[in-house]
Amino acid sequence: MTATVDRRRSNRAPYLLLIPAVGILLIGMGYPLLWQIVTSMQEYGLQQQFGKAAPFVFLDNYVELASKPAFWAVVAKSIAFCLLTAGITLGVGVLLALLMNAVAKAPRIILQISLLLAWSMPVVAAMTVWIWLFDRRRGAVNYLLDLIPGVDMNRFNWLETPATFFVVASIIVIWMSVPFVAFSTFAGLTQVSDEVLEAAQLDGATPRQRFFGIILPMIKPVIAIVFLLQIIWDLRVFTQITMLQDAGSKSSEFDLLGTYIYKLGTKSQDFGMASAVSILVLAITILLSWFYIRSLLKEDEK
Amino acid sequence: MRARTIRGLWGVLAIVIALVWVFPVYWMVNSSLLPNVTLQSFIPTFVPFGGSLTNFSAALADGEFYGALGMSVSITLIAVFFCILFAFLGAVAISRFRFRGRKSFVIAVLVVQMLPAEGLFIAQYKMVASAHLLDSVIGVSIIYIAAVVPFTIWMLRGFVAGVPADLEEAAMVDGLSRFGAFMRITFPLLAPGLVASGVYAFLQAWNEFTVALVLLPSESAQTLPLWLRGFVQASATRETDWGQVMAASTLVAVPVIVFFLIVQGRLTSGLVSGAVKG
Repeated sequence: MTATVDRRRSNRAPYLLLIPAVGILLIGMGYPLLWQIVTSMQEYGLQQQFGKAAPFVFLDNYVELASKPAFWAVVAKSIAFCLLTAGITLGVGVLLALLMNAVAKAPRIILQISLLLAWSMPVVAAMTVWIWLFDRRRGAVNYLLDLIPGVDMNRFNWLETPATFFVVASIIVIWMSVPFVAFSTFAGLTQVSDEVLEAAQLDGATPRQRFFGIILPMIKPVIAIVFLLQIIWDLRVFTQITMLQDAGSKSSEFDLLGTYIYKLGTKSQDFGMASAVSILVLAITILLSWFYIRSLLKEDEK
Repeated sequence: MRARTIRGLWGVLAIVIALVWVFPVYWMVNSSLLPNVTLQSFIPTFVPFGGSLTNFSAALADGEFYGALGMSVSITLIAVFFCILFAFLGAVAISRFRFRGRKSFVIAVLVVQMLPAEGLFIAQYKMVASAHLLDSVIGVSIIYIAAVVPFTIWMLRGFVAGVPADLEEAAMVDGLSRFGAFMRITFPLLAPGLVASGVYAFLQAWNEFTVALVLLPSESAQTLPLWLRGFVQASATRETDWGQVMAASTLVAVPVIVFFLIVQGRLTSGLVSGAVKG
């Protein structure tokens, strides 16, 4: 597909086409990132915000961070949360896309509208509804679970212990993310040519063979991109955790990396340390997803 | 016959999943219509019989709503327009050309896409503040465009690559200029991709919370998500009035839902017809 290279066009054209994108990225991301790298190696606290010079401390911020068990606990929790949530999101999303592909038009449209509605919910609005659903006294979730014989969920406080707190967070994130995965995968599925599938069927390929031999290789690039993005997004869940903490407890047991950085920046006003954690988050993100970046690059070079 | 029955069963499953998935959205609207007295009951009311719009008028009576609405609309329009424009040009560059620096750009796009917004907000605050653009539409828009452009380039790159250059060549053989061929042949085939990217950019800008929280510190320059959070917090100081809070949530979500229902047909039919087969 990408072999549609045209060598007759002027050499300058691609650079001209890239100017706006590169320009906005340098302003909106490049400069802040550079500032952050420099600040992560400075002592940059409250005094520096009022104009005091920031002394360069090289890697001291990072060394201090590495000696904090609380930091490592947050890192471990965040990675576990991110991988579990992204994995389940991907699985459910792909299954729903296959379901959309398998059913008649009416059920497909109903499912699509339902997913679009969930997808379109602004995060803040969605969080507000979910907190209401999980409300310990009058929430619909506890009421419905209580109807199951032998289950007593009356006034069960989901946000009280970290384990159930993160289960709730994970459910909400999966609910919000699955539509994107399902629609992207479904779009990939519709690109699979009917003629090829019919030809394979005439040649005696079983449904299983058609799926693994034709459909899966065709949608693999979409799935790879989508999974990469899920990992990145789930590692930096911030609004969801913050709002659940608003409704529950702000204690550090309930922190993931996003809220950890935020508290470091706002409560302690320690921009140097907050920048250092941010840079580490970036490093973890790249480590986690480097395999996918590489496969995407290979895909791109084909 | 048997195949049809199985297809029917899958259809039933799809509808059941659809109902489960949409339930929180339904619950928001349902609760928004019910008076607080009903919501205080320990047995939930599943259908809003005898409901009213009182909660909505109470939420709208909050003086900040219309300012927040204007702010959100301006920022979203600017972000969507420039994001699609910049990303489209970038996608054409990387999918139709091989040039020195292309790979670096592709890697840069992938890496930038990963930068956690929550990890850059301090630096972005510093930058926007020193440009005297805090509480302004422009400051937030710049950050939003930069945040959304990388993924949009990726999305569009696939769509541009999916349109065979041969089609364009054929049109040129038939006498169209290169630009004409691009506009008449490639561009219409890309429409589904542009719609999908536009929807993505719209969602990101309309729903964004963290950057807005940092770059719009003043109460008179809130976007709708900030307004909603403020409204919830104000309500939580008393016993939370869930009816009013759900009405406020509905007000924030409604423009998005309306937009989606308009675009939905084009989105799915565009994606379904698939430019490749054309």
